[in-house]
Amino acid sequence: MASIEVGVNGGLFSFAPLIIFLPILGLLINIIVGRRFGERFTGAVACTAVGLSFAVAVLQFIALRGHPEGVNVMVADWITIGTLDVAWSLKIDTLSVAMVLMVTGVSTLIHIYAVGYMHEDVRFQGDPGRYTRFFVFFNLFVASMMVLVTANNFLMMFVGWEGVGLCSYLLIGFWFEKGEDGIGNAVAGKKAFITNRIGDFGFLIAMFLVFWQFGSLEFDQVFTSAQAAGAAVGGVATAITLFLLLGATGKSAQIPLFVWLPDAMAGPTPVSALIHAATMVTAGIYMIARNHVLFELAPFSSTMVAIVGGATALFAATIAVGQFDIKRVLAYSTISQLGFMVAAVGLGAYVAGMFHLVTHAFFKALLFLSAGSVIQGIEHGHHHIEHGKEATGPPFDPQDMRNMGGLRSKMKITFWVYLIGALTLSGIPPLAGFFSKDEILADASHANPAVYWLLAIAAFFTAFYMGRQILMVFFGKPRSEAAAHAMENPPVMTVPLIALASLSVLGGILNLPGVHSLTDWLHHTLEHVHAGEFNFIVAGFSTLLALLAITLAYLIYGRTKMKKGEPDPLRKILGPIFVGMHNKWWVDELYDLLIIRPYVALAAFFADIVDWRFWHDWFHDSVLARGFRGLAWWLSQAFDLRVIDGIANGLADVTKGVAARLRTLQTGYVRNYALSVFAGVILVLGYFLFR
Amino acid sequence: MTSLLSILNLVTFFPIVGVLIILFLPRNRHNAIRWTALIASVITFALSIKMLADFNINDPDLQMVQEVTWITVAGWDIKYHMGVDGLSLLLVLLTTLLTPISILSTWKAIEERVKEFMAFFLLLELGMVGVFLAQDLFLFYVFWEFTLVPMYFLIGIWGGPRRMYAAIKFFLYTMAGSILMLLAILWLGLNQGTFSIPELIQTGGIDPQLQIWLFLAFAAAFAIKVPMWPLHSWLPDAHVEAPTAGSVILAGVLLKMGTYGFLRFNIPMFPEASLKLAPWMALLAVIGILYGAAVSYAQRDVKKLVAYSSVSHLGFVMLGLFALNMQGIQGGILQMINHGLSTGALFLIVGFIYERRHTREMDDFGGLWKVMPVYAILTLIVTLSSMGLPGLNGFVGEFTILLGAFGSSPIGSRLYAGFAAAGVILAAIYMLYMFQKLFLGPLDKDENKGLKDLNWREIVILLPLLILIFWIGLYPKPFFELMGPSVQKVVDILQTAALAVH
Repeated sequence: MASIEVGVNGGLFSFAPLIIFLPILGLLINIIVGRRFGERFTGAVACTAVGLSFAVAVLQFIALRGHPEGVNVMVADWITIGTLDVAWSLKIDTLSVAMVLMVTGVSTLIHIYAVGYMHEDVRFQGDPGRYTRFFVFFNLFVASMMVLVTANNFLMMFVGWEGVGLCSYLLIGFWFEKGEDGIGNAVAGKKAFITNRIGDFGFLIAMFLVFWQFGSLEFDQVFTSAQAAGAAVGGVATAITLFLLLGATGKSAQIPLFVWLPDAMAGPTPVSALIHAATMVTAGIYMIARNHVLFELAPFSSTMVAIVGGATALFAATIAVGQFDIKRVLAYSTISQLGFMVAAVGLGAYVAGMFHLVTHAFFKALLFLSAGSVIQGIEHGHHHIEHGKEATGPPFDPQDMRNMGGLRSKMKITFWVYLIGALTLSGIPPLAGFFSKDEILADASHANPAVYWLLAIAAFFTAFYMGRQILMVFFGKPRSEAAAHAMENPPVMTVPLIALASLSVLGGILNLPGVHSLTDWLHHTLEHVHAGEFNFIVAGFSTLLALLAITLAYLIYGRTKMKKGEPDPLRKILGPIFVGMHNKWWVDELYDLLIIRPYVALAAFFADIVDWRFWHDWFHDSVLARGFRGLAWWLSQAFDLRVIDGIANGLADVTKGVAARLRTLQTGYVRNYALSVFAGVILVLGYFLFR
Repeated sequence: MTSLLSILNLVTFFPIVGVLIILFLPRNRHNAIRWTALIASVITFALSIKMLADFNINDPDLQMVQEVTWITVAGWDIKYHMGVDGLSLLLVLLTTLLTPISILSTWKAIEERVKEFMAFFLLLELGMVGVFLAQDLFLFYVFWEFTLVPMYFLIGIWGGPRRMYAAIKFFLYTMAGSILMLLAILWLGLNQGTFSIPELIQTGGIDPQLQIWLFLAFAAAFAIKVPMWPLHSWLPDAHVEAPTAGSVILAGVLLKMGTYGFLRFNIPMFPEASLKLAPWMALLAVIGILYGAAVSYAQRDVKKLVAYSSVSHLGFVMLGLFALNMQGIQGGILQMINHGLSTGALFLIVGFIYERRHTREMDDFGGLWKVMPVYAILTLIVTLSSMGLPGLNGFVGEFTILLGAFGSSPIGSRLYAGFAAAGVILAAIYMLYMFQKLFLGPLDKDENKGLKDLNWREIVILLPLLILIFWIGLYPKPFFELMGPSVQKVVDILQTAALAVH
């Protein structure tokens, strides 16, 4: 835990704040001149800013090899009151730099992709002026995420924590006039923010507990005191970590706060890839890993974390099976995969969790961006056939997999990269997802069998729904005119896809069994992590499960081609269970019934009945005011409003009178005289003031 | 060192110069009157900056003190006694900042009786600054009551359709509380032999049982002004009917006179009572936070929504003050400033759209971001500041308040801060709801399609507030440093009292 403070002469470390400031610079430039210089300029600035941020992160990586214990880089004072002393200060250690490298690296690729994607999207949606705004928000997101990741204290982490939430809100509602009833996107953004705020409430309470227990909010100090106190602070540590868990369930979309993430898909696809799959949603896992000292002191909380993660992994995977929207499948898959990571960190397998976090960032970003490519391909096709044709019937949904099919031959690059992503996600060796998922499963198998089985079944579902998706989208015959005319996208979009596909294939190298590069790297920060052993039985079993699931998917969706307008074949097989999966087990409806409606009713009751009719109208107007008037009337017939009116009019008259009388002084020469007197007064005043 | 033209006197009374000039201007020369008022208030602001420059941040005591005997009756010395310290400095600056901003906001909104309006506005500034600087109870009371008069007319003459009702209610409600305070002031003068606030604080020694009664008498005046739940009934009326500039000042400064009163009088003069009553004050504060937030959410009129949000925000301030520790009180003072900036800005923003559309019903809007992007972004920033987004001013205040309250031994339970923290969720709900109703969704009302974005004057009005919103959020250190020593002094008084109780 020992780390040194770095001043201006900290070598490469002193560049660390640039990781945050470069994206901020980028967005400021775009705010000021972005629209004037056009799309190319805007895109170049935004990508360069994030790319340079990545370069600085690489410098930090190099510097850390010499100082693996990490450093604190002080930027500025922030809040100092009594014993509370919080600074803007960066913690550069192996954990934060691993995260920074991943985030800035993936962000750079997605920024480049977005240059192409948003060029089309702003035209498709009919407001090209919003291109610059998108990249401003996108850069702001990277900056916030960097604040979150590099913070050396709870409070600064919280700034990033809510900052990324804000960007998420802004980007989900980016097309704020679109969506269901024209307001759907905006509502989805609001839902994301408010659900996250519930988690943030937990984070806040955790901070209060930390401060009043340990007298500081700085990670190093808190962890040192906590370790020194040991079991004596077990109770508080349990409370703190349970509240932190609530925070994590918000940001990382776990039960019970996961409901915002599927709706978040209303944002443009690069947003789904970057924020709602690869980076922001992993913040909860990162936060738990960062606080591992406290979680180790609280075994009960850790077990709760593992159970929440395992349950979410399975629950979300079942929902993914029943979705038809290409992005919603991926959204529930993300929730499920985050569950894997949360379970891992709950079981103390911090490295496995972080490993899966990184590989997942690669392949889920890949999948979302490829899905974006598919959607735009379909939109092109739709556009193609719409020419010279009156639009009839319900609006065409380019994201509905029932409108797809047969895209394999139309969009070759997209198909191959999508396939790689899907296989990686399904955990097929030797792709990245296999190694990282397997490390979690191996750790779970001896740490907590119940969680292991939750995860193993979830892994089976994962392979199944990905198989289903691939078959529905790329195989068979096109089920709509648009799909039949789909077109591949330009290289600015496909090249980042290929880069991410390569990372998905090779990502396993990060922590190969027996080599353990990531374990060695992280162990400087996460003490007593052990290298996970490779377990052939576990690995073999999960590979078998995945293959089985894919075969099953083929039998259902591949052998007989799905036809236009035909219901999902699984509907016949599973019956009401499929209906439940499709309707997301009615969780949204449940929350609506239990929380939202009661609150709306309560607010209306307080506002209309309690505050207005009872307190304002009845008590004040009827009881107080009328009572007083009655009393006054009784005392003196003439007292009533006349007095009050009298005061009002009287004072107004007095003022007017004074003004009028003073005005009579200022006719003719007198006015000039008066004015010069006042000029003199001001001069004298000025003299006394500034002498 | 007392001199007529000392800086405190100038800051307080300079607006009079503006009033006198305005009285000599012909009533139809609207622009000359406006410019005079604006320049007078800007000069007052410059004078207050000079006061800030002269302020010694290491000195916890009153500075730049002015003290002359004013009235001597039956052995009582009523003094003209003014001074500034860390508790009041920022509030004076807030007043002198918001006044020119409000005046500038009336350029197009006030076309009737401009002369009287500006004169009242400057007189109001005089009264408010006087309240924050007066160090003699009697003098304080004079300023306190004085502020009622111009505000009464601002609402009653330039207000909305039910302006007379609102103005009278405002006047009577505040007056009722003040009378109890006056009784307590007289009692103190009679029994302690002085009206000097610093002397009263230093002497102390009032029987703790009696302190409770005195505390309650002062609290009656202050709690109505804040307003603390359930004494808030006058506030929505006053806000809805008041002209924009009046609302800005009402929310921005006048409400702070109540919270300031608690801090300047109740806590240091009656420390034992404060310690004893802290849980009760905290309870009312927390109810106010949650109740205000819920009621805000159910409003359909934007201005009313913002008005009720003040009940919630001021609840935070009260919770912080009655945490009675460093974090709570400093957070409370900062939050007074924050609320002045954010809610002041919100009322200005509501005023901008009202001037264009002459409605404040949220259902009449939607999708405004499309036609008024600058307005939308600036509103978004203010909205986020008001709901306490980290990195902006509101968060620094709320966080320190909640942190202080959470660990406050006088409040005695962490549940208060816990429930108050839930208010942060509710704030997001009503604020984002408001933003959505105004700016998001389709632009489907024909009347809104031709709306013009903010002009330069309107941007200039908001700009100082926005700068401070970011400044306090990112680097609040200078603000905390200004109040630190004086707050420490208050906390020391409380600690001594706490020891005496045990």
